[in-house]
Amino acid sequence: MNAYLEIYITGLSRYLLGIYLVIFVIFGIITLFRDDDYYNNVVLYSGQNVCMFLFHFTAFLSMCFHTGDMKLMGFYVASQLLMIGIIVVARILYPYTDKLFTNNMCMLMSIGFVILTRLNYNKALKEFFIITISMMLSMGVPFIIRRFKHLHTFKWIYASIGIAILGTVLIAGTVTYGANISYSLGGITFQPSEIVKIVFVFFVAAGFVRARGIGEVLVTASIALVHILILVLSRDLGSALIFGVVYVIMVYVATGNFAYVAISGVVGVVGAAFAYKLFTHVQVRIMAWRDPWSTIDNTGYQITQSLFALSSGSTWGVGLMKGNPLKIPFVEDDFVFSAIVEEMGFVTGIALLGICLISFVRALIMAAGLRSMFYRLLAVGLASAYIFQVFLTVGGGVKFIPLTGVTLPFVSYGGSSALASILLFEVLAGVSLIAGDERDYYEKIDEKDSEDTEESE
Amino acid sequence: MKKTRKTQKNQNKELALKAEKHMKQSKLAIIVSGVSVCILFVCMSIYMVKYSAAHEIEMFDNSYNSYAIRLSREYLRGTIYSGDGEVLAYSEGEEAASQHRVYPYGNMFAHAIGYSTHGRMGVESAANYYLLNYHSGLNNIAHATAESELVTADSVYTTLDTSLQQVAFDSLGVYKGAVIITEVETGRILAMVSKPDFDPNNIDTLWEEFMNDSASTNLLNRVTQGQYPPGSTFKIITTLEYLRENDHSYSGYHFNCGGSFTYDGDTIRCYHGTVHGSIDFATSFAKSCNSSFANMGVSFDRKSFQKTLDGLMFEEELPYDLPSAVSHTAVNEDTDTHNIMQASIGQGQDSISPLHMNMITCAIANKGVLMKPHLLDRVESESGSVVTTFKPEEAGRLMTEEESAQLTELMTEVVKRGTATRLQDDRYTAAGKTGSAEFSSTVKDDSHAWFTGFAPAEDPKIAVTIIIEGAGSGGEYAVPIAKRMFDQYFTVNPVTVDAEE
Repeated sequence: MNAYLEIYITGLSRYLLGIYLVIFVIFGIITLFRDDDYYNNVVLYSGQNVCMFLFHFTAFLSMCFHTGDMKLMGFYVASQLLMIGIIVVARILYPYTDKLFTNNMCMLMSIGFVILTRLNYNKALKEFFIITISMMLSMGVPFIIRRFKHLHTFKWIYASIGIAILGTVLIAGTVTYGANISYSLGGITFQPSEIVKIVFVFFVAAGFVRARGIGEVLVTASIALVHILILVLSRDLGSALIFGVVYVIMVYVATGNFAYVAISGVVGVVGAAFAYKLFTHVQVRIMAWRDPWSTIDNTGYQITQSLFALSSGSTWGVGLMKGNPLKIPFVEDDFVFSAIVEEMGFVTGIALLGICLISFVRALIMAAGLRSMFYRLLAVGLASAYIFQVFLTVGGGVKFIPLTGVTLPFVSYGGSSALASILLFEVLAGVSLIAGDERDYYEKIDEKDSEDTEESE
Repeated sequence: MKKTRKTQKNQNKELALKAEKHMKQSKLAIIVSGVSVCILFVCMSIYMVKYSAAHEIEMFDNSYNSYAIRLSREYLRGTIYSGDGEVLAYSEGEEAASQHRVYPYGNMFAHAIGYSTHGRMGVESAANYYLLNYHSGLNNIAHATAESELVTADSVYTTLDTSLQQVAFDSLGVYKGAVIITEVETGRILAMVSKPDFDPNNIDTLWEEFMNDSASTNLLNRVTQGQYPPGSTFKIITTLEYLRENDHSYSGYHFNCGGSFTYDGDTIRCYHGTVHGSIDFATSFAKSCNSSFANMGVSFDRKSFQKTLDGLMFEEELPYDLPSAVSHTAVNEDTDTHNIMQASIGQGQDSISPLHMNMITCAIANKGVLMKPHLLDRVESESGSVVTTFKPEEAGRLMTEEESAQLTELMTEVVKRGTATRLQDDRYTAAGKTGSAEFSSTVKDDSHAWFTGFAPAEDPKIAVTIIIEGAGSGGEYAVPIAKRMFDQYFTVNPVTVDAEE
């Protein structure tokens, strides 16, 4: 009887998991086209919660039956309670924040818990604590964003903090796989550049508050270059790339001038050429990307194992616990997406990308509606940093671009990655509060204006 | 006072307009960024799915991919069937992890089916992906688990025919050599025999033996990887070149054969010094007159000859899914007279595999179009539903329909009055070309016996290519074997009256 159940549950779950996620994404897409008032979309958001919980339950049930390990069910209950907690606390503390961010964040966390449990139970457990602590730490962020009206005046403080941290890391950093970028505490890695990324976005946004002329561009550009150079010297090329791209998008949105994008493009290409000439590890990665098969036993091993995982997974995946994702070195950090596709299929993988894109697009829609340039830039910058990181890690894993070794936000294992991603989404939630405030404010002004005109007539 | 208020209002309005314009540009920037990122993600997803789909089987078979090993420990390897439904290979064992492979026909299908340990070969290699995957649905797995039986992965049906394979295997006897029989309209390989062979049931013990003996060639599939001098079978190609250089007509050709042909100090002799006398083109071909073909060769335009050989897939990978030898030719722009004369009669530095010779024969039989030769017919799940069907694929046009008709006519004459008269039969008209390829410069009398041909000439069904190493002349040794194959095939599949008309 038990054997029958196991076969049917594990056999059917691979379809169910993908289908839940696809429904989740469809609901998310619909909300993009509607007014982002919570009560307007309450059915869709609740529907998303149902999909999310079903996904979580089905995945853990399937893993439980496959391994016969009941402690997984304990972890299921704990992680499920955490997600419910996040959703409920967000509702109580900030009834007017954009719930799409909360839902997407929890859905990604759920996928993360599932795949980490499958790959390495201890790491999943650690990740659980990291996320719980990070959530508690960043709970007040939306409040701070909304209440502190002087955040846009600390331009030089942001720049100093960012450069100081990155500089310290460069000088004192430990060597981790060719890049002096991270610290490890009790098995939890901490990569300061992930946090500095957020501070950097604050800096650039603050740099364009007053004016958006060539002077401001030059000042922010030189500070941005300092950040990027330190990162390049630390051999953290993935982060350097993210900082660069985020800066370019922010300048473009601040000035509305495409010429800056073109100039940056040229600078970027020249910079990349120099990096290629100067660093052997860049050359190795480019070679491994162009033809991983000729170095399959060596530098191409990681990427080819990832490609094997993707192709075994195919449309619906081979089923949880039925693949061999642990063959990919560092699968929990850099290749978690390949592990997801191997066991849950392209349907799940592409739905996951959909969730990331929906968060990004929602942040842009929010930014476009904001009248305050600081918050607009903040939203655009953070959203770009987030989506570009997703692009780098997934693109690297599927051989679309060379490997850069960055994590998949909310899904990969990693201390700073989780904290930074949560902070980033909490700031976005805070900006969504500002957006609500602005709307109320301008509605009032409009009312007043119309009253004025009536009076003058 | 009123005036200043008005100008200030105007100024304010101007500023507001400017700000609004800037906001619009900024919004446009947001839209452009958003759309670009979405496009990028769509491209990435398409790339990911397409790359995986395009390289799926190749990646599955890669020895660095552990997924295949994982599957082999979960299911019994699938069964391989012949086209007529006989089991050619199956797996058994108490547990999937300790399963072993059984080949009921032993040596008979050695190279065609191959083996799956110590690397893979033959159908075991070509169909590895299908033999490890499972498509019977959850009910079957549940049922098997309940009965504590092992689940068998998908079965593969090959195109091979046990009766033809048996005849080919028996006919070759103790000789070294190779036989391949192909359906010309589809490219389905009906029989593939290579000797010396081995018993795949004992591959584990044989492997070490073969590896220790560097002279052993038992594992070599001579059909696909044997490289032989083509001998007189090459005259098919020389003829094609003659037709192309002479407005597709051979009626004006005439040659007086005195048993040898000398040009520029080089001499080509006819087989066993036979004197053919005054002959036209068809007779030169039917009697396989070396002197006459050497005479044609010296007149050829080297560049055009090279182009013809390129068009017939010399010096390139053959359109075949398993490893195959590349055929070579000495002909290029700078080939000297000596080598051109040698090449024209298929001697010297030219080499070809039986598979390649069979492909050219198939193209002649199929109005110039080559169908890709293949061994796999379909994949079926354990519950009997068809998972994949391998449809015939066109590999390209090797010659025009007119050229194929002219070659067919000449090859029919070979059977009627030439070197393959032993192929005459009431039930079908065969067409073909024999060859006696000299492979040793010291022992003059030793030659490989070749035959390549098809039947019925009017509506070709199958093409047969045979080589017997060191047997002697093609007409004496290869043709009788070909006859047995054709007899077997046309006994089971009689030529319909329609085709004869």
